[in-house]
Amino acid sequence: MRFSIYRFDPDKDATPYMQDYDIELEPADRMLLDALERIKTVDDSLSLRRSCREGVCGSDGMNINGRNGLACITPLVGLKEPVELRPLPGLPVIRDLIVDMTQFFKQYHSIKPYLINNDPPPETERLQSPEDRAQLNGLYECILCACCSTACPSFWWNPDKFVGPAGLLQAYRFLADSRDQATAERLDYLEDPYRLFRCHTIMNCADVCPKGLNPTNAIESIKDMMVKRTV
Amino acid sequence: MAIVTRKFDAVIVGAGGAGMRAALQLSEAGLKVAVLSKVFPTRSHTVAAQGGIAAALGNVTEDNWHWHMYDTVKGSDYLGDQDAIEFMCRQASEVVYELEHFGMPFDRLDNGKIYQRPFGGQSQNFGGAQATRSCAAADRTGHAMLHTLYQRNVQANTQFFIEWMGLDLIRDKEGDVCGVTALDIETGEVMAMQARATLFATGGAARIFSASTNAFINTGDGLGMAARASIPLEDMEFWQFHPTGVYGVGVLISEAVRGEGGYLLNKDGERFMERYAPHAKDLASRDVVSRALTMEIQAGRGCGRDADHLLLKLDHLDADVIKTRLPGIREIAMKFANADPIKEPIPIVPTAHYMMGGIPTNLHGQVVAPYKTGPEEVVQGFYAAGECACVSVHGGNRLGTNSLLDILVFGRAAANQIIEDLKKNQHHKDLPPDVADKSLARLSRLESQKDGESVAQVSNAMRKTMQTHCGVFRFPDMLTKGVAEMSGIAERASRTSIGDKSRVFNTARVEALELDNLVEVAMATMVSAEARTESRGAHARDDFPERDDDKWLKHTLYFSEGRRLDYKPVRLKPLTVESFVPKARTY
Repeated sequence: MRFSIYRFDPDKDATPYMQDYDIELEPADRMLLDALERIKTVDDSLSLRRSCREGVCGSDGMNINGRNGLACITPLVGLKEPVELRPLPGLPVIRDLIVDMTQFFKQYHSIKPYLINNDPPPETERLQSPEDRAQLNGLYECILCACCSTACPSFWWNPDKFVGPAGLLQAYRFLADSRDQATAERLDYLEDPYRLFRCHTIMNCADVCPKGLNPTNAIESIKDMMVKRTV
Repeated sequence: MAIVTRKFDAVIVGAGGAGMRAALQLSEAGLKVAVLSKVFPTRSHTVAAQGGIAAALGNVTEDNWHWHMYDTVKGSDYLGDQDAIEFMCRQASEVVYELEHFGMPFDRLDNGKIYQRPFGGQSQNFGGAQATRSCAAADRTGHAMLHTLYQRNVQANTQFFIEWMGLDLIRDKEGDVCGVTALDIETGEVMAMQARATLFATGGAARIFSASTNAFINTGDGLGMAARASIPLEDMEFWQFHPTGVYGVGVLISEAVRGEGGYLLNKDGERFMERYAPHAKDLASRDVVSRALTMEIQAGRGCGRDADHLLLKLDHLDADVIKTRLPGIREIAMKFANADPIKEPIPIVPTAHYMMGGIPTNLHGQVVAPYKTGPEEVVQGFYAAGECACVSVHGGNRLGTNSLLDILVFGRAAANQIIEDLKKNQHHKDLPPDVADKSLARLSRLESQKDGESVAQVSNAMRKTMQTHCGVFRFPDMLTKGVAEMSGIAERASRTSIGDKSRVFNTARVEALELDNLVEVAMATMVSAEARTESRGAHARDDFPERDDDKWLKHTLYFSEGRRLDYKPVRLKPLTVESFVPKARTY
């Protein structure tokens, strides 16, 4: 199978380039990550992040034939050749397929991604109805792979100011949690021309999310909450 | 050679559940703590845990910690230390409630309490009816837990060193631990992280096997570092083979599937677990189920063209149950097995999953080793928690959902012990002058070595040897050959060469360093397994099919130097209750 992969090692390359690989696959190689591991056995200098190899750790997000996805759950069957692999767009490249995610995580941290509840905790669990708990479905499953935010033009233009789809999905995860008491504070923070309102519902985020989540919906829900609190 | 040194109150290596639970405790206590992780914290392998956390909350069926303790002791095949097991089971409810208060999105029952599901080996009333003890967030409990712990650490402002790899333990002349050397993977820089307390929470190492549920990062780094620094490794012959890894791929299918009502079938469509465990059936202990699966395959009742796997059936369950309680499993089965479990069974095979052994500790997370005066002396400044540690609460076989419990209880306990110990030890010990020599020598060998075998070649050989010679059933001649083969592989691992010489994010170098750790773990496993001439828990010898309490009710200690073995007694006396006396183990 034929691959064309973005290469850049700041230690020796002045500029990035695309390198072609032609490799013989084994029958057990089903996913793109299997092929990349095979390439690494012939060229150990190809650098990428990977860990769980089952789509739950979020390490191996990359741009696959123009579309962001996780290598470990992208089947090789159906990929157009040469398979063109590039790092996630819009973030600085550290090396090859590895990007610097500092800005991405900074935005995630900015929305206070933790439960705020100032009541003294009870002896046992805080109660939550199954219906209230169901509000968190489609939100808490995010794996922070950054496929969404790095597919978002608004995030490309303003990665320092726009929270981005991943961060906003998590902002809503806490707004939607019946146990959280910081709704007003959270909405105040997001009520800003950039942090939330740079979303122009282009919907690339929902389109590429490897976990099938929908940040655009979450963003709309946050906007609804803002409207509701003004009336 | 002088290298840059950074000073902390405590250094934690590993940012999975145990490392982050401990980090949270230390940060909240106002200590200066550094957490090193090879990957961004939420990518640690805790993220892949599926089924739940065991705690006798009694939200669904009547339950109490003492029954949980009995099940854990029995599940361990009596090799677990009963003081530590009592300690863990008594604290289970508290650490789960605490996690809920942290924001963990547990599933809920109609009355608003935490949802619980049945898991293997759980009983009411000391071996009676099935208990319902595993607290779950769908089948993504580990993911929900790891993210919750990370989030709390963000709030507590814990300092993470992300994409840093621990290289070697720093011990001074007295044998006390004063920190670790570490590699910044992004820049290639090596640093000494000096600390008054060093906690290893580096997780498992099932990457020593070809067929493994484990992530690429599970390379036993903590065990390798400990072994190279003359700390023994305990009970390394005990590896859990999970009954249900996806056939041909290894990805885990949670026991929660059987907890929710799924069961196993052979090629005749027979629910064969009824023969092996008439009472608990598909919810017998994992060692029992994995042996049953292996025997079915050996008897020619496997499925498929090569009769080499079995089937996990859940299509009789309500589609809504699968969609709400097992959504992750469905996703995995569809992606990796081309099977939608709502309509068809999942092909599965026993797959290496969990290391019951590890760095020996007491129930406070302090590493204990024979070093100055006694066989179980506390190594000053050194702690371990989670899968890399052997407390031992799992003994010969771990019960499902006791691992997430283990990391919460002992992550917290180790941190509390560190807080106490640091009140006494106000000052950093001086670093030895040769602080980084060992690490720098390993790196410079990789820099200069030419014409060696590739890391991939040698690690493939290791995995194949471990898989063939040290699997679900163990045969005497295979073990002896395995020890010889592993010796050869260890030799080859010391001469590997890498093509990539870049300083920047050199993953080839990381993999070569990981191989050093894997080889320590594999060697310890093979040597310990060859010596234990009985069958107990997950260690099943073809030539010694029975458990032998007279000779073998004891823990193995493996010393890397000279590949020497020693033993220490099992702690049969609990903290407050009566001992559970070893008896025949049936399910």
